[in-house]
Amino acid sequence: MPVAGILLVEDDPSVRTALELALTRQGHSVTSYATGEEALDHVRSRRPEIAILDVMLPGIDGVEVCRRIRRLDQLPVILLTARGDDLDVVVGLEAGADDYVVKPVEPRVLDARIRAILRRAESATSDRISFGDLVIDRGALKVSLAGKEIHLTPTELRLLLELVRHPGQVLNRRYLLRVVWDHTHVADSRLVDACVQRVRAKIEPRPAEPVFIHTVRGFGYRFSPP
Amino acid sequence: MIAFLTGLRGRLVITFTVVAVAASALVAGIGFELAKGALIERTTKTAVDDLTKDLERIDFAVGELRPGEVPPSSEELTNLANALAGPDRHTLLEYQDQYYRDDEGLFGGGDVTGELRGQARSKLVSQRRMIDGALWLVLGTQVYRAGTDDVARPTGLLVFEFVSLSEEERTLANLREAFAQAGGITLLIALTVALVSARHVLLPVGRLSAAAQALGRGRLDTRLPVRGKDELAELTAHFNDAAAALELSVSELRALEAMSRRFVADVSHELRTPLTAMTAVADMLAEEAERLPEQPAKAVRLVLSEVGRLRELVEHLIEVSRFDAGTATLALESVDVADAICDSLEVRGWSDDVRVQAPAGVVANLDPRRFDVIVANLVGNALKHGGQPVLITARSTPNGLEVKVRDHGEGIPPEALPHVFDRFFKVGTGRVRSQGSGLGLSIARANAQLHGGTISVRPQQPGTLFTVWLPHA
Repeated sequence: MPVAGILLVEDDPSVRTALELALTRQGHSVTSYATGEEALDHVRSRRPEIAILDVMLPGIDGVEVCRRIRRLDQLPVILLTARGDDLDVVVGLEAGADDYVVKPVEPRVLDARIRAILRRAESATSDRISFGDLVIDRGALKVSLAGKEIHLTPTELRLLLELVRHPGQVLNRRYLLRVVWDHTHVADSRLVDACVQRVRAKIEPRPAEPVFIHTVRGFGYRFSPP
Repeated sequence: MIAFLTGLRGRLVITFTVVAVAASALVAGIGFELAKGALIERTTKTAVDDLTKDLERIDFAVGELRPGEVPPSSEELTNLANALAGPDRHTLLEYQDQYYRDDEGLFGGGDVTGELRGQARSKLVSQRRMIDGALWLVLGTQVYRAGTDDVARPTGLLVFEFVSLSEEERTLANLREAFAQAGGITLLIALTVALVSARHVLLPVGRLSAAAQALGRGRLDTRLPVRGKDELAELTAHFNDAAAALELSVSELRALEAMSRRFVADVSHELRTPLTAMTAVADMLAEEAERLPEQPAKAVRLVLSEVGRLRELVEHLIEVSRFDAGTATLALESVDVADAICDSLEVRGWSDDVRVQAPAGVVANLDPRRFDVIVANLVGNALKHGGQPVLITARSTPNGLEVKVRDHGEGIPPEALPHVFDRFFKVGTGRVRSQGSGLGLSIARANAQLHGGTISVRPQQPGTLFTVWLPHA
């Protein structure tokens, strides 16, 4: 597993130091900042592979940092949230975060999440498939809609590829969590829902009336092109 | 009906009516008696006057005869009887043990009582009698005649006159009827007035009662408009004062309670930051401890295990304060129950310690995160405080989902059973200090209740059985 360049934003110095220590020990190279503003100033020049953002930050908060990062590029984001079940998580996932962990987090868990997100989407030999305007190049890992390239985060891309690999088949949230996120926990299905929403926003002509990714109420999602 | 009789309204109406009826009956009774007396007296007086006048005109000799006089013939006596009789009047004469009556004569000697006859010898007497179903006024007197010495002497001629009182009876009957009608009307008026005034009195009482009920149900802002200056208005004002005082003290209490809950929530959140830092480096320290001498290694492990406990306690406190604040919400999803249970055990590394009996394909609509909390707390409790083997079973019943967690430990003392879901309740306080936060079961129950379900506990031989029931959503 390659060593990842991690951008860590955490305002509490002790937590920042401790996470830096733990992640470094796991083999990652970590650059940490106390504020979102500082982190955004450096996100371009540093070219990290993944960002870990505390939600509660002085100044602009983690969700907003995530949103601004998303505007620039497809850098994967993990949110560090104080609570697992409040709006922070939902808002953060809607803002484009790939995953979240709840404080206090065990370094092993955080490391597993990081590695799951950075796991490259598998390349396939049979490369290009097209569904109308939607073209998915599984070799080059590129997606385009009506000739225009669409930027998906690694997680979004992996989710889309997983759905495309089983056309017409309903995949439940638990399965998608395991395959795409490496989560064993059925409780995190909000990740799937939020990620599907984001992919729809990018590939569907009208996200409110999806034609590619369909919701099967009570079960999961199905990719069936028109 | 019984409620009406014992109720305030019934009592008011009955009292009012009884008083009204008694008063009008008294007035009517006195009036009737006075009228009756006057009528009878007038009739009697007229009859007596007529009789006296008529008797003065007797033109034949009776009694002690003067020289040249002849005793009256029976014809003369019958003529006299006819002369005295009239419409509704009949006459009976008694003279020298013979009775003479008018032509229509209805009455005989038997219709005159001995008492009347006796008194009639000395004066003019009257008596009211029922004869053959009709009321008659019977007058009786003896005719006196002046003798040769001009002294009036009894002649032995007794005159009895029967005056019909049927006219008077009719008048009195009419009067009685009029009184009865007036009484009926009075009764109706009394009833109406009683009902109206009862309503008038009881309407504010009803309003007060409804307001008191509303207050009891927790609507502390209940107030009533105060109208007028009577006792009920005063009572209403007092009610309002009491409600205001209650509202004030309850809101003060609530503010205090909210403050203390907020404090617990804030403290828990504040504790999370240092715990995050400690947790982050805990693994590192654990690995380093391997290389430390025995004593410091022991110290490091102690700190680490206490950090773990502190983490659990803080997590539980945060969960509890979320329930207290009422911010806990349900995010229902259809979940494969067997999968969810296995995930819950796997994440915590308990898969090898617990036997799972859950048929595949049981799908329930529940909040997976909360279901995970329920399973984790019950199984965690069984593993910590119960004894192996720990068994978890799940099945779908017509009423909902049933999950049972059974351990085979020494069990919970019967006196402690009702309290196992209380916060910070620990069985065996006197014995070994247990490791849990003391909140796990209380949290499990709160989560079940949020689903509209229940958790119950039953002693087994050996061990304890916890049963979770969650309704079909």
